Amino acid sequence: MSTQRRRGWLLLVPGMLWLALFFLFPTVQLFFTSLYDPDGSFIAGYEMGWEFGNYVSAIADTWNLFARSFLYAGIATVLCLALGYPLAYAIAFKSGRWKNVMLVLVIAPFFTSFLLRTLSWAAILSDRGPVTGFFQTLGLLPDDGRLLATPLAVIAGLTYNFLPFMTLPLYASLEKVDFRLIEAAGDLYSSPFTGFRKVTFPLSVPGVVAGTLLTFIPASGDYINAELLGTPQQYMIGNRIQAAFLTEQNYPLAASLSVILMAIVLVMVIGYVRRAGTEELV
Amino acid sequence: MSPADRDLRLDGLTKRFGEFVAVDDLTITVPQGSFFALLGPSGCGKTTTLRMVAGLEEPTGGQVFIGDDEITALRPYKRPVNTVFQSYALFPHLTIADNVGFGPRRRGVKDHPAKTRAMLELVQLEHYADRKPGQLSGGQQQRVALARALINEPGVLLLDEPLGALDLKLRRQMQIELKRIQTEIDVTFVHVTHDQEEAMTMADTIAVMNHGLIEQMGPPAVLYENPETTFVANFLGQSNLILTDVISSSAAAVVVDCHGQKLEIDPSRCHTDTGRGWLGVRPEKISLRPTGEQIRDGANRLTGGRVSDVSFVGVSTQYLVAMPWGQELMVFEQNTGQQAQLRNGQEVDLIWSPEHAFLLDASQDAKAGVTTPEDEA
Repeated sequence: MSTQRRRGWLLLVPGMLWLALFFLFPTVQLFFTSLYDPDGSFIAGYEMGWEFGNYVSAIADTWNLFARSFLYAGIATVLCLALGYPLAYAIAFKSGRWKNVMLVLVIAPFFTSFLLRTLSWAAILSDRGPVTGFFQTLGLLPDDGRLLATPLAVIAGLTYNFLPFMTLPLYASLEKVDFRLIEAAGDLYSSPFTGFRKVTFPLSVPGVVAGTLLTFIPASGDYINAELLGTPQQYMIGNRIQAAFLTEQNYPLAASLSVILMAIVLVMVIGYVRRAGTEELV
Repeated sequence: MSPADRDLRLDGLTKRFGEFVAVDDLTITVPQGSFFALLGPSGCGKTTTLRMVAGLEEPTGGQVFIGDDEITALRPYKRPVNTVFQSYALFPHLTIADNVGFGPRRRGVKDHPAKTRAMLELVQLEHYADRKPGQLSGGQQQRVALARALINEPGVLLLDEPLGALDLKLRRQMQIELKRIQTEIDVTFVHVTHDQEEAMTMADTIAVMNHGLIEQMGPPAVLYENPETTFVANFLGQSNLILTDVISSSAAAVVVDCHGQKLEIDPSRCHTDTGRGWLGVRPEKISLRPTGEQIRDGANRLTGGRVSDVSFVGVSTQYLVAMPWGQELMVFEQNTGQQAQLRNGQEVDLIWSPEHAFLLDASQDAKAGVTTPEDEA
């Protein structure tokens, strides 16, 4: 092995060790935990029973939570794309000297904690809050109608919290689009909209793929938004896993739910990336 | 439709960026089917002019016509004009065939696959139809850009430094190729370039631009042989410019005093009516003779030169000749073998015909338009 190559491997070592210790080992551990005998307990300890039946009962009890999670996460992802694309487009092409300021504003929410921001959404959407009042005045919401504790609140919270994860990759790929290509499309009889459809958008697909993945994956495992902005009627799979781990301390159940979530997300992501065909794009 | 129906006409075209006037009240007519070059250094307004014709830049004032149709305010995609962009702007996500077929598809041309194939054949890229632009060489990409524009049969084809990204050898090849295609399809080409040789090789008419204005417009030979400004004299090729006083002027000849020696100039080549002028003569128009040697009648003779530098470059020998008033003049002698090479320090007379000199207004900067090697890069 040449010195050059050996140096390359050496650079990988710290990251690999870190991942082995804090990702690979816990994942394997999680997988084994999911197969423990469910008759054990946190206090008494668990025995390895290779109980694949854990998965069957986990699915049977919680399939509706899975469905709801993917539905909410899916809607939030679509909303993030609808909000984030024009935003990223404006920052990339129209913001001029305000570009850096606007990028900082996109990241600014990260200066406060996720939990705190979601709590303030609870205040904003509360029954006596200004937003509810506004919609009631407009007649869009009945006088006893609520925003908080509805699916709408949970989806809105998810959308808000993950918007930067959508906007930034979109911005990164839009910013790379050469404006002369857009001019060339116009020169070749494309209206601005057709030029966008045929040139700008296809060239930004890598950003769309990255943004949707970075939004959908964490959103489908999220439980804070459902916890703080919803009720048990809006709970997502994350809430169930959290309860199983921390409240019921039913480790085999929690672990098998986690493994199922991971597996489903992985399959969906592979299918999605294959269809979007990112490797085809320059 | 008579030929004049599709002339490109710019009328008082002006573009200001804040205080800066990029294009200043430009009025020109480009006849249909001609190869027209806008030549000038970077920042002279040539690209801005082109972009206004393409509709990519909005004029501050003036109008653009094709034939009798005014297109000044039309959106780019509604103009019968196509552009070959600087560095090509090919769509990286589309195949070569899809790049070339892009325009016809947008316009809903029925047999666009057949047209695309024919166009790829014209530029000799039929075997590359399914590749992506990134897989092609610079010269091939250039041809794709040309095909993508020409397939639309534009009234006017705009070329923005189309050969700028190619190396010298390929550039020469493409110059000939471009000229061939232009003659074959009889489309008006408006070609923007800073390369005077490129403009002279290809264009029927050259407009030399400087500071947003046209310095001079005409066929390449006229611009070269009879420049009207010091900028044109220096930007197209090289010129010796000597400050002289006009002694007399008649229909037959203009006589000037050049540091005590009388020289004649053809009146049609005098572009000043003040008492002083820059006498210009191209280095290859001068021949050197040892001092005192007999010369033919009617030729101008400038005596008192001393060879200060000799460089043999093969086809010619380039001399620098120091004159008594301190100026060094350039002389290129063809290596025809008729004449012995002169030595450094030899005393010489400079001989040229009156119809090879020109006289320019003395108020101009003698160094205007001089290109340095860095500019060429």
